[in-house]
Amino acid sequence: MRKWMSSAVTEPRVTRRRFLAATGFGAAGLVVGCAERSTTESTADAKTAAEPGVESTDLNAFIRIGNDDMVTVIVKHLDKGQGVTTGLPTIVAEELDADWSQMRTEFAPADAKRYANLLFGIQGTGGSTAIANSWMQLRTAAATARDLLLRAAAEQWQVPAGEVTIDAGRVQHAASGRESGFGALVSAAGQLTPIEKPTLKRPGDFKLIGTRQGRMDSDSKTDGSARFTIDITRPGMRYASVAHPPKFGATVAKVDDSAARAVEGVVDVAEIPRGVAVVADSFWTAKKARDLLVIEWDETKAEQRGTDQLMADFRALADADEAPVARKDGDVAAAFGAASRTIEHEFELPYLAHATMEPMDCVVELGEDRCDIWTGSQIQTLDQGAAAAATGLPPSSINIHTQFAGGSFGRRAVPDSDFVVEAIDIAKATEGAYPVKLIWTRENDMAAGRYRPIGIHRVRAAIDEAGRPSAWQHRIVTHSFMVGTPFESSSIVDGIDSSAVEGAANLPYTVDNIHVDLQLARVDVPVLWWRSVGHTHNGWVTEVMIDQLAHAAGEDPVAYRLGLLENHPRHRGVLELATAKADWSTPTPEGLFRGVAVHESFGSFVAQVAEVRVDDGRLKVERVVAAVDCGVAINPDVIAAQVEGAIGMGLGAFMREAVHLDDGVVREQNFHMYRPLRINEMPKVEVHIVASDEAPTGIGEPGLPPLAPAVTNAVFAATGQVITRLPLANQLSKA
Amino acid sequence: MKVSFKINGATRSVEAPGDKPLLWVVREDLGLTGSKFGCGIAQCGACTVHLDGQPVRSCSVPVSAVEGKSVTTVEGVSSAAAKAVREAWRDLDVVQCGYCQSGQMMSATALLERNPSPSDEDIDSAMSGNLCRCATYHRIRAAIHAAADKLEA
Repeated sequence: MRKWMSSAVTEPRVTRRRFLAATGFGAAGLVVGCAERSTTESTADAKTAAEPGVESTDLNAFIRIGNDDMVTVIVKHLDKGQGVTTGLPTIVAEELDADWSQMRTEFAPADAKRYANLLFGIQGTGGSTAIANSWMQLRTAAATARDLLLRAAAEQWQVPAGEVTIDAGRVQHAASGRESGFGALVSAAGQLTPIEKPTLKRPGDFKLIGTRQGRMDSDSKTDGSARFTIDITRPGMRYASVAHPPKFGATVAKVDDSAARAVEGVVDVAEIPRGVAVVADSFWTAKKARDLLVIEWDETKAEQRGTDQLMADFRALADADEAPVARKDGDVAAAFGAASRTIEHEFELPYLAHATMEPMDCVVELGEDRCDIWTGSQIQTLDQGAAAAATGLPPSSINIHTQFAGGSFGRRAVPDSDFVVEAIDIAKATEGAYPVKLIWTRENDMAAGRYRPIGIHRVRAAIDEAGRPSAWQHRIVTHSFMVGTPFESSSIVDGIDSSAVEGAANLPYTVDNIHVDLQLARVDVPVLWWRSVGHTHNGWVTEVMIDQLAHAAGEDPVAYRLGLLENHPRHRGVLELATAKADWSTPTPEGLFRGVAVHESFGSFVAQVAEVRVDDGRLKVERVVAAVDCGVAINPDVIAAQVEGAIGMGLGAFMREAVHLDDGVVREQNFHMYRPLRINEMPKVEVHIVASDEAPTGIGEPGLPPLAPAVTNAVFAATGQVITRLPLANQLSKA
Repeated sequence: MKVSFKINGATRSVEAPGDKPLLWVVREDLGLTGSKFGCGIAQCGACTVHLDGQPVRSCSVPVSAVEGKSVTTVEGVSSAAAKAVREAWRDLDVVQCGYCQSGQMMSATALLERNPSPSDEDIDSAMSGNLCRCATYHRIRAAIHAAADKLEA
């Protein structure tokens, strides 16, 4: 009898305790060493796997060199568009003195021992950390590999190692005229003992870092050959489509699958913990049959509230006298008493969907003693642990083949691995009889939750007679996506979820009396990090408020901010650069209005100046000028691209993105109702980078938070209207 | 039902339900996975292919409707405009996640095939049916202008 004969229904439910045990997480936080090395590697894109007949040598966990001179960088991070398959090999090529044309990439297997994100302690991508945590690790790995090649050449040529040089992939000995590529030396280099502490280049000697190298994935992503999860094919593979409950927390009560089963090509219908799956010989057939399922849902435990009700409930929470405190400086109450003027606003933020262009999908091949998973895995260690718990196999038998992801913005980093476990549940329910490709429809994807949390923010601030802020009180009401996850104990301390107060508790402006507190609501709508996380709330709220204070003080918004950023030179640096490039001090042409914002997130600093027109209640953002400081700029063009994209995504969210619930049911089920930005609304964008010797941070997220406040502030300049509820939708008054 | 049509220049016959969208026939039956599934209701453009030279959303074209017609996908598109588009896309590194880009390029190619020097407004109207969640629009616009310049030169 096959191991998977037990049905999904009788399979023991994965308890949190079992999950933690399987993933190796204890209450103390995250630890390395969650899994043994997987046996299979996964390949990345067109510029990857070696040609047949090529012999290659692993010089360390990150660098493999073939006898064809090709250097393959093992990329431990997911590439979801942010460009790590370009940025990480740039770091390696630099310290290895390789030529850019010989670089290749391959996604690493799930192996937290070798491939942990050094800032997480487990393997995973997020928080704009890929470059930051890899910077010294890859430089060291590459410099070590370079030294091995150099010594191998010296031995082979019988010359002193100190006389051997490497340039653009060529190993040379000038005195004897000897020269070689890496390929002829790598086998011997692999036999040598690596040195412990290699000498790293001085930044002044960088040749590739700081220059534009073409994206490694441009070729495969422009000829249709780049492989995403949805493109994976396995022998005998079947396709699955699922029906999820219409309300969060509902479960299947009764299924009539007779019509679905009657569709030609349907192979199986299976009840799984998250709904009902139809498996067929084609996705289209599976989806068509899924639509014929007649399911009665048990909604007794479901979240029944609509978003209007949730907002009302959040407002009630905002009225509480006290809440857990995230920051307390001075005496706010006394300062308000002595204030010459007080300004107060309530801000409201909607649920946002990640709405990645590639809906969630996953291919699972379940055997008796191993499970292979192809997906855009963003936190491989968690996916591996969840798969281990779901299958009962040890993590070392879970082989994750990370694929290019068609966008993520945080969606594929799911603490409970929702769509991966769902695919496994289908494979289990169908007894591992065939590989299964689960593809969510757009409607599945939109209605599955994991949204950016909603929030109500109340900010009250006072200015003194000189116009300077003397008191700042910020009450945040939102809900947490950390509760119930392995991250809970490290993220929520004394009632404060750091992801909810980031960008608010560390307000950079000089204010003597500050009070920031947080009310966490209990809502059964699953939420998650969404590109730049809490900063999407707090960057907007704080930067709109400071602008209002500048206005109340009768001061220029830029000069006002600069005067309150004495201790924050990097904020000042980007603010000065962006406003200089946008000619802030010169008047705008008639009808054009500017707004500004500056915000730090994930260790990077971004300022933006938005130029807008408002005609008859219609907003047009003409141009956004951005300045960024993310430390050493590995590839300035990729940095610019991330900021351009963040501006476009942020503008779509500002203008009209929102997920609503009507009595617990998601209203926006597809792109006709959830409407991200389109090309006709994209502003011109300029991105300027502050020259820096600081260690590189990240840029996948930090370009987003300043956009909404910069535009809000520009709209205020244009109309005198302070937008405090997102999205903008049709709030602007018509002429 | 059996449907015969030209795909990237070669005539092929497939056995499929008549209501199966062209997208899934191209991806599953013909193994051409460059055209992507994004929404299934012709709202995102990730599945854009050319049908007798016109850009269509293949997720919403039943395969029964392409009998005897000619379908071109990103894998096979090879006109001068297509080459210029691909080159511009690479020169400017338009792609980020890349998932929508086949559809973007098919729409851009169709635009340049009928209008070799499009204005910004022309680009807006030809390209606003193609969503890019990475919002690479700034570069898409620049790349279309660059491709147009190349075609003119």
